Amino acid sequence: MDHIVEVRNLRKDFGDTTAVKDISFSVKRGEIFGLLGPNGAGKTTTIHMMLGLTRPSQGHIKIFGQDLEQHRVEILERCNFASAYVYLPWNLKVWENLYIFAEIYGVNKPKERIEYLLDLFEITKLKGHITGTLSAGEQTRLNLCKAFLNEPEVLLLDEPTASLDPDLADKVRKILRQLQKEKSITVINTSHNMLDVTELCDRIVFVHNGELIAEGKADELMERFGGASLEEVFITIARGGHLEGATK
Amino acid sequence: MNWRRVRALLLKFAFICSRNTFRAMDVFFWPMMDLLVWGFLTVYMLRMGNTVPGAITFLIGSVIMWNVLYRAQQVISVAFLDDVWSRNLLNIFAGPVRVREYIAATYITGLIQSTIVILFLSAAAAVFYSFNILVLGIPLAALFINLLLMGWWLGLLTTGIIVRFGPPAEALAWAIPFLVQPVSAVFYPVSILPPWLQPVAKIIPSSYVFEGMRQIIEHKTFDGNSLFISFGLNVVFMIMAALVFRYYFEEARTKGLLAKYGT
Repeated sequence: MDHIVEVRNLRKDFGDTTAVKDISFSVKRGEIFGLLGPNGAGKTTTIHMMLGLTRPSQGHIKIFGQDLEQHRVEILERCNFASAYVYLPWNLKVWENLYIFAEIYGVNKPKERIEYLLDLFEITKLKGHITGTLSAGEQTRLNLCKAFLNEPEVLLLDEPTASLDPDLADKVRKILRQLQKEKSITVINTSHNMLDVTELCDRIVFVHNGELIAEGKADELMERFGGASLEEVFITIARGGHLEGATK
Repeated sequence: MNWRRVRALLLKFAFICSRNTFRAMDVFFWPMMDLLVWGFLTVYMLRMGNTVPGAITFLIGSVIMWNVLYRAQQVISVAFLDDVWSRNLLNIFAGPVRVREYIAATYITGLIQSTIVILFLSAAAAVFYSFNILVLGIPLAALFINLLLMGWWLGLLTTGIIVRFGPPAEALAWAIPFLVQPVSAVFYPVSILPPWLQPVAKIIPSSYVFEGMRQIIEHKTFDGNSLFISFGLNVVFMIMAALVFRYYFEEARTKGLLAKYGT
């Protein structure tokens, strides 16, 4: 199968407000795909629709060739998700949270998998700690451990390094790359961190006011919009300038 | 139904309860307070000589059985609120969890907590008031099952309303049972109610349970028919609550409310 994720004519209206307007894109197996855009662009709404949390007003989402509305559970068994804004129960210990989600995702040999991921994200010493006592950076790494528990084929990340310092963010990016390469995971990543996007993503789409306005590799987009960096391109697009340069 | 996922969700509830002193109070402290207040009132009534035969058994039995319904209802709504408060809701529903698996886990938690409450209060009532709940005999199991079923559908209905209307509706998790308590004949018979309210009591399953309990205590007889009516009403209300929950859950998905509450 070429395209593992297919999003066609996706639209989401909340009353009179249109959060996502007729977005279409496809993602190949093993590709790291970046959804970029300013606050309120519709990135998170798109991710929530791809997880079945929010029902689209129009359009459809196919993952592994199956329609998400019809096969939500079968699809989500093979996916996972992490967000800087979603937490694990604060009064449970780190290992308890991971064990519960390992069971939910039907992980084989959950204890070995948990030990491996805690070690990889360098939080083994926090195994017996109460989750609510972890720092924001530690919680982010815990969320990522949860996201890799079931060795997902598709991983949806919503600003995964938002609360990490530059050193930790760099480590996490390297780990993400390593895990992604080992298993050829398809990653869909939303971020405001241009370094994240430049270093991680094979392909990027810019979303603005719910519309997909540009698509390509980081260097292609810089050339097309005449920016010296992806950050410049981001600012240009966020302020609505030079959109005529965008070609989907 | 994937029972491994149900077991995982049960484990989550168990861990949350075991870490939270206030949650343990819901199972032991508040029911005990209920028992003490109604128990002392009964003792006072007995001393005043102003009582009907078996009144002490009525009231204490009622307090114990009411707590079965109340805890079964409350635990279902609070389990959902736990996931909202800890911002874990998206992790659950972005995972391969079917809504029916989530509900099954809350129902089993409700069964466990209600069983603990009835055992604990029965033991306390025996110690403090020499009350033996086993005077209700074998029908006790039928009374318990009917109250548990009613707690389940009330809990499902409450959770549906919270899913749809969000944080402003959270207080319903504790308040909803008190809407049906006046017509449940918990502390007095249905005949005491004004005539216009009695038909309402007749469609509330718990009224048959408490009337049945009083009949066993007072006349040592057990009207199986009334408990069948109670069971039938519970089945009807359970189906209706499931339909309302499903409708509200889909509404919440359409309006993006799950994502809104979860972040």
